[in-house]
Parts: sequence; C-alpha cells; structure tokens
Amino acid sequence: MQSNLSAFAPDQALVRPLVETNRRFWILVAVLCSLIAVGAACYLLQLRNGLQVTGMNVPVYWGVYITNFVFFIGISHAGTLISAILRICKAEWRRSITRAAEVITVMVLFFGAGSIILDLGRPDRALNVILHSNFESPLLWDVTSITVYLTGSLIYLYLPLIPDIAALRDGLGKRRWFYRALALGWTGSERQHRLLDRAISIMAIIILPIAVSVHTVVSWVFAMTVQPMWHSAIFGPYFVVGAIFSGIGALIVFMAIIRWAYGLEGYFKEVQFRNLGLLLLTMSMLWFYFTLSEFITTYYGAEPDHMVIFWAKISGPYAPMFWTMVVGCFVIPMILLTSRRFPVVASTVVAGVTVNIGMWIERYTIVVPSLARPRLPLETGVYLPSFVEVAMTVAFFAGFFLLYLLFTRLFPIVAIWEIREGREGSVREVSERVASYLPEVSDAHDAF
Amino acid sequence: MARWGMAIDLDTCTGCQACTIACAIENNVPPPDPDGSDDHRPFTWMRLLPWIGEESPQAEGRMFPRPCMHCDDPPCTKVCPVDATNIDGEGLVRQVYPRCIGCRYCTTACPYTVRYFNWKTPSWPEPLEQSLNPDVSVRPAGVVEKCTFCHHRLQLARDTAAVERRELRDGEYVPACVEVCPSQAMFFGDLDDPDSEVARRSHTTRAFRLLEELGTKPKVIYLRKGE
Repeated sequence: MQSNLSAFAPDQALVRPLVETNRRFWILVAVLCSLIAVGAACYLLQLRNGLQVTGMNVPVYWGVYITNFVFFIGISHAGTLISAILRICKAEWRRSITRAAEVITVMVLFFGAGSIILDLGRPDRALNVILHSNFESPLLWDVTSITVYLTGSLIYLYLPLIPDIAALRDGLGKRRWFYRALALGWTGSERQHRLLDRAISIMAIIILPIAVSVHTVVSWVFAMTVQPMWHSAIFGPYFVVGAIFSGIGALIVFMAIIRWAYGLEGYFKEVQFRNLGLLLLTMSMLWFYFTLSEFITTYYGAEPDHMVIFWAKISGPYAPMFWTMVVGCFVIPMILLTSRRFPVVASTVVAGVTVNIGMWIERYTIVVPSLARPRLPLETGVYLPSFVEVAMTVAFFAGFFLLYLLFTRLFPIVAIWEIREGREGSVREVSERVASYLPEVSDAHDAF
Repeated sequence: MARWGMAIDLDTCTGCQACTIACAIENNVPPPDPDGSDDHRPFTWMRLLPWIGEESPQAEGRMFPRPCMHCDDPPCTKVCPVDATNIDGEGLVRQVYPRCIGCRYCTTACPYTVRYFNWKTPSWPEPLEQSLNPDVSVRPAGVVEKCTFCHHRLQLARDTAAVERRELRDGEYVPACVEVCPSQAMFFGDLDDPDSEVARRSHTTRAFRLLEELGTKPKVIYLRKGE
C-alpha cells in the first residue's frame, strides 16, 4: 500500500522508511537477531558455568568485556556531545545530522552499561551497588555518571523529537496511539516552540559537562589504581578526547549507512562529511598529542615496572596491535583527510572505520598489558578471548545496530521540523547575523 | 587493639612450600583440575614467588612466600564499589563473600596480585571433599577471595582465652602457614606489642617490605638473607 506522504512534502523521503519495509530490511533484522540469539545462548552458558567460559585468568582479570565497556561508552560521545556543541555554536549544517548522532548515544549506552553487567561474576548481586554503595570506589562514580548521562541524553533526544512525533500523529495514519501518547499534546503553537527552544538550549548546555564527566570517570577506574601505565594524571582528558574521536568516526559511518540505505543524499551532503572529517582530523591530532605525551613521559621516567609494560606495547607481544592502532587512529586519517584528492564521503567513511578499529585496540592495549605484567614476578599473563567473549561482543554490536535500525523505522532519523525551520528562518537569520558582525555602513564618508 | 602482622625470614626459608599446602587445606582452596583444563586459573592464597636478582654469574634465584600483605593502607578496599572488602580495627583486610559482585576491580588494583577470583564453583576430587575445614566457608563461583591471615583462628583463640578468663597470649593466634613451617621461618603476632616475637624481628636491619615505595604499608615483613 502506498501511503500518502504529501503532508510531509518536500521531505517525504525522511518519512518513507517509517511506512515502507523491503526484503533487505527483514534480512538484516533476521541476521542481527540470529547474532543476538547466539550471544544470548553464550550468556546463558556463562551464567550457568561462571566466568570460566571466558579467556580471562590469573592475573588478566579484565579482558574484552571491559574493553567493550570503554569502547561503547566512548562511542556514546558521538551524539549528545557533538550535537550539543554544534547547536550551541549555531552551526547550520548540523540540522540534518543531530538526531542521527543523538540516537547513537542513547542506544550505545545500554550496551556500555550492559558490558559491565556481563563482566560481573555475580550479576544477580548487581543491585548491591545501590544497597551497599561505597562512594570511595571509582566504579561507583561510573554508575552515577553514566546513569545521569543516559537520563540526560534520553531527554535531549526526546525534546527535539516532539514536533516530529506530532507531525507523524497528524499525517502518517499509522500507529496513531503510539505517536499521540509521545507527542504530549504538541500543537505547534508559538508558545510551545518558544518553550521547546529554551528546553533544548538548556539541555545542550547541561549535557556538555555530564558528557565530559562520563569518560573522565571511566578513565579514573584505571587511573585511580597504582598499576603501571594506568596510574596517569593525563588519563581523564586523554579518554575524553579518545571518546569524542571515536564518536565522530562512528557518526560518520552511521550517516553513510543511512544515506545509502534510505537514499538521503540530499540530507547528508558532502559538506556534512567534509566538516565532520575536519573535526575527525582535529581529534586525530589531539589524540596523537595525548598518546605521545603519555608514552614519552613514561619512557623518560623509566621506572622499571612501567618500562616492562611500555616495551610490551611498543615492541613486545602487543606491538602488532599497538602499531595498528597508530596507523588506524593517526596515519590513515592524516593521509585521507588532509588531501582533496580523495572523494570526500568515501575517504571520511574509511577514516571513520579505521579510527574506530584503532580506538577499540587502544582500549584493549590499555586494559590487558598492565594486567598481564604484574609488578611481582608472577608468571607472565597470557590472555586470548574465548568464543563466548567474541560471540558476546558480536551480539552487543548486533543489538546496538538493531536498536538503531528499529529507531529509524519508528521515527524520522533526520529532524523534519529542524530542516523546515532551517529553510524558512535560518537563511534570513544567518545573513542578518553576519551583517551584524560587520561595521555599520554610515553616511559619514560622504562628507569627504 | 592488636595490629596483626607476619615476619618471614628468607634466610631460614627453604622454599619447601609446606605453607602453601597448609594454607590450601586450612582454607578450603581447591586443587587444580588434574587434566589441566583450567590452565592459568588455579591459585593458592599463599604462593611461592621466584625472586631473580640481577643477571650476573653470581646471581641466585630465590623463592619467597607471598600471602596477602594486609596493608595498613590497602589499595584494594577503596576501589570496591559495594564495600565487600574492608580493613578491620586490628588491621585485617577482610572479604565479604556474600556481598561481592565479582567485578574484580580489587584484583586488578592490588599491586601484589594476591586476590583471586572463583572462575567456577570449587570442587574437590574424592575423598578430599570430606575433609573440608568446617571453620572456613567454601566460596561460591563468581566472588573474589584472598588470604585472611586465618582470622577464624583468631576467633577460636579469643574464645579459648575468654573461657579461661585471661588475655590472648603472643603466639596463641597464628595462621596455618606459620604453624606448619618446618624451618620456623615465619612469625606472627601483634606488631604493636613491643614484646612480641614478630615485632622484635621486624625491627632488625634485615627487615624490608614488598613494594614499600608504593606506600601501602604492608604488614608482612621479610627478613633479608643474612651474611
């Protein structure tokens, strides 16, 4: 049945995914669901047999699960933070990408927090963090910060959705009860718009320090211990930079997929990719600066316990991973994003992918080597993720993609009203704003 | 209030590992699987660590026993999100098995790597399961455990002293490892009692602590090999 989408003209393309599904969609859902099913089976196995089904051992007590935790929380900085910064800066090119970014944040946070539950020896006692909270523990700072961040990001995603939900309620003719409940009686009056703008601005400002705090306390889980190459004052900002870095990379990749799958070339244009690519390049250089600072201070301090881990990363068993990380996070972005020779979309997407591979490896080479080389002369730790850990990781990624996919089928992934607002108001507003930056043209010079 | 501590004389220690076995029996620490399927997982609370000095022809390898250091300023207790590990008034670093959520933050935060995780439900080959120590609880899968300085023995010693209406005597409460040591290389008692054997020995010039520079203030004192 061909729905009548004329109510959404000229942005019908944004609503089409809500009413039309094709075979490709169902195949993708089936694939993702089966990957999740494998993960679920593995989790049952882990619940039944304990963490012996993983590859973790003495003394490598943390592995892929904790790596994933840091990675997913890092990705979550894609959305809210980038979207909030662009909104506050009144960057007009943001209009079509903010929602795609905000959805990443909310969806991936579930899997970041889930990774911690997955890693617990006794998930049945997870509530003890509330019943017997020890606020001295950085892990509890994480619980607090991530809860606040998830709540804030949900509100920040929901607020700009309201006008679009109301439009769907009035014009889509499907799932009316669902949209009516979520639209909260939005009529689009002048007063409602004023209130909404105000609320979005306030949330955009509130969410910034929260987002910074989240990855800072994630890094403090490591930095607050005395373990070599974890106990580092630079870790807070280093992790925040890494998080924004991988977040931008993820956003670029998601934009490219949406653009290709739903034919939204008109909304995700080259300019968005180019600008995000420049942001990615900036973060790549910042990341390199932080990595260099971290390693060169370790090297010159030359404390033996630190140097054992330093060399394990630089030239030891973790060297292949370490240098892959440097290539993925720095070399490739530097080559692809500083030259105009490469096609914009393709090169930013490739850089976004290599950055995320590199950043996953970065987290792995932070977590594992420090544990595998304890200070006391125990035998050297050997760690290889088991099938269960790999399957759970795949299932978490699949779950994240599935939630994202379902969102794009229930709500427009580009904010229709913000695009419309841009068309109707911003062009004039921006030219007035630019004029206001310039000196007034007075008649005084006529006197000469 | 006592401050319990241990002194280990590396000069008399022969590295026989009797302490390791005595500890495992006393504290219901299961033996490794005979088929070796849990490679890199088996543990004992007391462990003999190889100590290899500088690389030179004169260098000699030594083994030294390593229990929990029961630090006065333990890095493990502050990171526990649920207060499942803490230090009591007498300096014993405790582990609350029924509360531990198994996040293994304490195991990663301990610079001495003395904390262990139960990867699975512990099991004993027949007939060892009939000889478990009833004074020590068997830990379930998914929680962290470590050396307790056999604090169940402190309870027993204190109860005995209370029945006999007297104070606890030096040497009355000792962990299993100290009791069993055939070369009498280990001493245990109140570090704050100047007359105790352990206090006297830990104030000699041979005394040192592991990773002293970290400021964790361990209550296990090693005595360097004599001349």
